Amino acid sequence: MTFTEILSSDFLMSVVIRALIVGALISVCSSLLGVSLVMKRYSMIGDGLSHVGYFALALGALVGVGSEISQALAIPVVIAAAVLILKLDESRKISGDAACAIVATGSVAVGTIVFSISGTATSDICSSLFGSSSVVTVTNRDAVLSIVLAAVVIVWFLLFFKQIFSTAFDEQFAAASGIKTSAFRMLLAVLTAVTIVVGMKMMGAIMISALIVFPAMSAMRLAKSFKGVVIFAALSSILCFVVGFAAACRFSLQTGAAVVCAELALFIVSCTFEKLRAAVRTKRTFEKTA
Amino acid sequence: MESNIIECRNLTLAYDGSVVIKDLSFDMPRGEIMLVSGENGSGKSTLIRALLGLIKPISGRINLKGIKRGDIGYLPQQSGVSRDFPATVKEVVYSGFTGHLRFGMFYPENAASDASRAMKLTGVDDLQGQCFNELSGGQQQRVLLSRALCAARELLILDEPTNTLDPASAADMYSIITSLKHEHGMSVVMVSHDLETSVTTADRVLHLCCDGAFCCAAPDYEHELASHHRYDVNKVI
Repeated sequence: MTFTEILSSDFLMSVVIRALIVGALISVCSSLLGVSLVMKRYSMIGDGLSHVGYFALALGALVGVGSEISQALAIPVVIAAAVLILKLDESRKISGDAACAIVATGSVAVGTIVFSISGTATSDICSSLFGSSSVVTVTNRDAVLSIVLAAVVIVWFLLFFKQIFSTAFDEQFAAASGIKTSAFRMLLAVLTAVTIVVGMKMMGAIMISALIVFPAMSAMRLAKSFKGVVIFAALSSILCFVVGFAAACRFSLQTGAAVVCAELALFIVSCTFEKLRAAVRTKRTFEKTA
Repeated sequence: MESNIIECRNLTLAYDGSVVIKDLSFDMPRGEIMLVSGENGSGKSTLIRALLGLIKPISGRINLKGIKRGDIGYLPQQSGVSRDFPATVKEVVYSGFTGHLRFGMFYPENAASDASRAMKLTGVDDLQGQCFNELSGGQQQRVLLSRALCAARELLILDEPTNTLDPASAADMYSIITSLKHEHGMSVVMVSHDLETSVTTADRVLHLCCDGAFCCAAPDYEHELASHHRYDVNKVI
C-alpha cells in the first residue's frame, strides 16, 4: 500500500499506528533487555525462547484454541523455558549457549510436527516463523500488552540502572555488594520471555531475537560508556523499526524481515564507522610520534 | 573498637558437594594484611566467598567485627569481569557504591570525593573518561581496585590481585596495597600464589591445606610451612 492510501484512510491509519506503537515499544524493550543479555553472553536466549513460543502456539493449534488464547498461554510456557535455561547455565551442567540450542531446535522440531498433526495451514506456520504479512493482525490487546511491558522495562531500567550495570559488568562483585543478582536474573528472564511472545506475532519466531541482539551490538561499536550503549540501543531500535516498517508497508514486504534488514544495515554502518575511527586514531598517533 | 576485624570459629565449607575447609578457626587483627595461601583446591576462593557472604557455611561461623558484609571491598579474580564490556573507567569505579545506594537509587553523599581519592591512590585518575576495555591489564586491575576501595569501609578482600600482571605492574599493586594499610588503616585479606612477594607484603599468613590449616606471622611462614603440622589456630601470633 502507498503512504497516500494509508494517510487517506482512517481505518488503515489506525491499524498502521497501532502496529507502529506495538513494534516501537517492543523494539525498545528488546533493545534495553538485549544490552544486559548480550553483555552476559545470553545473545541466543531470544532464539531459544522464540522457538519455545512457536511450540506453544503449535500446542494451542492442536488443542483448537484461537490465536489470542494461544498467545496468552505461550507466556507462562516461555517464562518457564527462560527460567530453565538460566538455571541450567547457573548450575554449570549445561552452558547457556548449548541450553539455548537444545531448547530452540527441540521446540521447532516438536512444534512443526504438532502443527502438522493439528492440520494447520502452511501459511499460518510460516506466519509463526517469519511474522505476519499483514499489520491488521496486531490487535488492541497487543497494544495494551506492549504499553504495559514497555512501562515496566523502562521504569525498571530507570530505577535500577546502577544495579543493572553492576550485575551485567561483574555479577560476582555485584553479589558481594549485596545486590540480589538471582532476582535480577529471573526478572530479566521473565521480561525477555514476555517481550518475545508479544513481539513474535509481528516479527516471527526466527527474527524476533534480532531485536535483542542487533541494537546492543551496533551500540557497542560506537559508544564507550554503558549509558551511551543503552541510549543508542534504544533510539536506534526505534529508528530501525520505523524504517523497516515503512519499507514493509510501501513494498509489501514481511515486516520482520524488513526490520531486521534495517538493523543489519545499521550494524554494518556502525562497524564501518568504528574501523574508520580506529584508522584515524592510529594515523594521528603515528603522526605525533613520527 | 575491637582489635579483631574477622573472627572465624570452627568453620566448615563445601564446594561442589565436597568439603574443602574443615573446622577452621582464626582471628584477623584490624589494620593488618593477611595473606591466604595454599595449593589449588585447598579452599582459598571458597573461604573468600564465605567471608563475602556468597556461600553459607556447613557449620561454624564467621564474625565480622564492626563492619557489615556490604562494607567489604572486593577485587575478584579477573574471570568475573567482561573484558569487552563498554564502560568508562568512571562507571566501573562508581559501581563500587552500589552496595551503599541511598533509597536504592542514589550514590552516597561523598561518592565523588571518595571515588576521586580512590582513583588518585591507584593512579587511574586521568583515565576516568576512557573505555575500560581499552586499558592495559595493569590499568584495568588498578581500576577494579579503585572500585573495591569505593565499596570498602575498612576491609578489602583481594583474590589473586597480581596473577595476570607483569612483574612491574605487580610490584605497583603491592606498593598500593601496603600504602592502603599504612596510610589509610585498611585491613586487607589477600589470596595469592605469588608467595615470594606477597609474604613480604603481608603481616600474617593463613595457610590452607587438606591436612589442616595454620596461621602465623609472615616472617615465620617459611619455617612453619617446612615443619607443617596441624594445631589449633586460636594460638594467633
